[in-house]
Amino acid sequence: MTNFIDRRLNGKNKSMVNRQRFLRRYKSQIKKSLAEAINKRGVTDVSSGENITIPKKDLSEPFFHQGDGGNKNKIHPGNDQFTTGDRIPRPKKQQGQGGGDSEASDSGEGDEDFVFSISKDEYLNLLFEDLELPNLERNQLDKLIEYKTVRTGYCADGVPANIDIVKSLQGSISRRIAMTSSKRKELKKLQEKLILLQQDKIDRFSEITALEKQITELKDKIANVPFIDTFDLRFRNYAKQAIPTSKAVMFCLMDVSGSMDQATKDIAKRFYILLYLFLTRTYKKIDVVYIRHHTQAKEVDEQEFFYSQETGGTIASSALELMTKIIDERYNASDWNIYGAQASDGDNWADDSPKCEELLRKKILPVARYFSYIEITQRAHQTLWHKYTEVAESNSHFSMRHIKTVDDIYPVFRDLFKKNTTVSA
Amino acid sequence: MAKQKKRKTLNDSADWNFDLLEQYQVEIERVAKHYRLDTYVNQIEVITTEQMMDAYASVGMPIGYNHWTFGKKFIQTEQTYKRGRMGLAYEIVINSNPCIAYLMEENTLPMQALVMAHACYGHNSFFKNNYLFKSWTDADSIIDYLLFAKNYIAKCESKYGIDEVEATLDACHALMNHGVDRYKRPQKLSLDEELKRQKDREEYLESQVNTLWRTLPKNPDKNDEKPPSFPSEPQENILYFIEKNAPLLKSWQREIVRIVRKVSQYFYPQKQTQVMNEGWACFWHYTILNHLYDEGLVTDKFMLEFLHNHTNVVAQPEYNSPYYSGINPYALGFNMFTDLRRICEYPTDEDKKWFPDIAGSNWLDTLHFAMETFKDESFISQYLSPKLMRDLKLFNINDNEDNNFVEIAAIHNEQGYQQIRSILSSQYNLSNLEVNIQVINVDINGDRSLTLRYIPQNEVPLGKSKDEVLKHLHYLWQFDVKLVQADEQGKDMIIAACSNKTENSN
Repeated sequence: MTNFIDRRLNGKNKSMVNRQRFLRRYKSQIKKSLAEAINKRGVTDVSSGENITIPKKDLSEPFFHQGDGGNKNKIHPGNDQFTTGDRIPRPKKQQGQGGGDSEASDSGEGDEDFVFSISKDEYLNLLFEDLELPNLERNQLDKLIEYKTVRTGYCADGVPANIDIVKSLQGSISRRIAMTSSKRKELKKLQEKLILLQQDKIDRFSEITALEKQITELKDKIANVPFIDTFDLRFRNYAKQAIPTSKAVMFCLMDVSGSMDQATKDIAKRFYILLYLFLTRTYKKIDVVYIRHHTQAKEVDEQEFFYSQETGGTIASSALELMTKIIDERYNASDWNIYGAQASDGDNWADDSPKCEELLRKKILPVARYFSYIEITQRAHQTLWHKYTEVAESNSHFSMRHIKTVDDIYPVFRDLFKKNTTVSA
Repeated sequence: MAKQKKRKTLNDSADWNFDLLEQYQVEIERVAKHYRLDTYVNQIEVITTEQMMDAYASVGMPIGYNHWTFGKKFIQTEQTYKRGRMGLAYEIVINSNPCIAYLMEENTLPMQALVMAHACYGHNSFFKNNYLFKSWTDADSIIDYLLFAKNYIAKCESKYGIDEVEATLDACHALMNHGVDRYKRPQKLSLDEELKRQKDREEYLESQVNTLWRTLPKNPDKNDEKPPSFPSEPQENILYFIEKNAPLLKSWQREIVRIVRKVSQYFYPQKQTQVMNEGWACFWHYTILNHLYDEGLVTDKFMLEFLHNHTNVVAQPEYNSPYYSGINPYALGFNMFTDLRRICEYPTDEDKKWFPDIAGSNWLDTLHFAMETFKDESFISQYLSPKLMRDLKLFNINDNEDNNFVEIAAIHNEQGYQQIRSILSSQYNLSNLEVNIQVINVDINGDRSLTLRYIPQNEVPLGKSKDEVLKHLHYLWQFDVKLVQADEQGKDMIIAACSNKTENSN
């Protein structure tokens, strides 16, 4: 007795839960590995999976086992040269203990790291876990109204496109039944009477003709009831319902002037790519506005923002001005959650910095939910940083961070967007 | 034999389908019966590579509880497989009734035939008839028990949290090799009974433990008597000891300890019969398929592919080969069974001297007897012949810490045969492979500390991981844990300890 079973169509991810358990257990190590990996990525390579490295010793499953030393005897096959009593200098490292993990590792427990890859989704999930846009508010109903059209039953009039055929025909059938039922009853009676008369031996010609005339009239009346009437028509009804909204717009401001060298720009771009990934992944409806500036600011698309090059002096206020202009034109503060992120190397025309401060204080911060400034520089801070520090002291929804090297990007990013943060300067 | 000549040869194409598998199965079964192979009913399941990797990750258990280590194993398997560093096994077979064998979808038809002969008749008959499997495992109920275990642990996870359950399992896994009473045969597992008894056990265990730790002296009159030491005899089954005696374990944790212990016990015979089990299966796939060939049922083409795979499996690289990683159990086992048949059928004078009782006997009777009554250790010390030692050119290296050289202690010659045989045999003696650690004392009236003793074999010290394992033991015991080893004077010296103060949370 033997049974064959084809299991090939059974689910193959039997180990998925175990994999999740593994990732769960080593989350902290994996995150550490991620933080290192993200900086090594190419600027364009934003959303592929990632190789994760965990030191093998962290993964060990310890059990009692024999150590090195003692007096051991082992049997080996394939003797080609030895006779009893031969002595051989001991090889430097012990030849493992037979059951080693792989032939390549010569020490009992290999020191090599455990490397494995995670999928894109797992990668992004881990990357942005526990992050959110600070101070995001669902605007109140009375404040901002966004409408959603919903079905609300049927009504008797509307545009032809909304005719509900089934409902309308149902109406037509019932109307026809209602309008003809008495006539049909009468018709039936007359027909029975007619048959009786016809069967009668006595000739009742006149009566029969009268009856037949009555019947035809009735039939005509029934036929005249219209198949469909405007009265039958039913239209799908729609109503607009107000719903709370959490529309958000993110302004990305980047300095692309000559003082920003390639490495600095690269860091800024990495920061924004992280930001972009975070926003698009976490928020379905979010507008992103890219503004780049040197002495003049310009609104650009994503492609140009990340990949084109510019040179020139720096007037940071131009970007802030453009931002306020765009807010006025397109993003009404009562409708939109407004966010801003500015990146610069801190170089700015000295006279312009106070103007930046004023713009921030008076125009932007009152309408924005959150504004962050990152300065990427190895040198001492300049006027812009000092002016902004003053702003940060008096505004809790403004925060600034200093990035020195590529390695700071991810920690700073996490710091800026971590959940329930009380923003500190 | 003449009538079998008339049979048509079986299809030998590479592609298989279920009809062809069935045809081969019928023929293999017929030949297996001819050789008196007594098996459980076979359940042959065809699976994909992915599913095979799943099966790997759960150590071949068809149903396993969830734990991160299985995830790690799966990732490792997947990685090495995808990088082409490792081929997957052609089959996995499970000691259950019916006996479940997994065949890989990718195998060619001749491979499927080989695998069926190997797993469904070789391993299967071994599971059913070897004394260790008979007395230590219960093929009828293992699947039910694994299912029970999986559900129970899942229930615990939702009730007490994944972290708690995981930590308990981690601790149990660290002590998994110490969950068997080697000299006591276990009770049979049965799902119904397990379920029935589990509830009672929870309550009963609590009361047991409470009695043990009762602070009020039972009999004040006998106060001056020296309290009996506990346990009264050293215990080698550490997990069992924990399950019954750990003072603060919750009842669900005890149940988990028990589950790990039972699973460990299920694999206990497997560890001790690797050479025999694989050797037996290889011997039979070789013998059965050759039998079919002699009957003219399979073609030359089929045989060539089969032999190619067969020789790969039973190859033994020599000690200086880059592929050498110890003795290949398939090779040793296959050669031993083949040699055993030779000794029965064509004994030489040497064989008559070494094996007077079996030389010239009925080979089939002798092989069945050997399969049923031995484990690796005793099988080798019983049947490893001088001829095989010569064929494999076995030699013995002595590696003594005290010397700065290693010495060739014996080679495959008249003076060395006995020694090589006994050392090779002891290499498969579980008590030489697994360390001997016993619970010797619990300070019942004092700080409740637990003391274990390591008894070294051939002066081999305990490996470095001992501190880590002790932390796990401490997690279960929850009071101080000490590990001692006797020094030259026979005095116990503490070699590792884990106390509440130094506790590292894991």
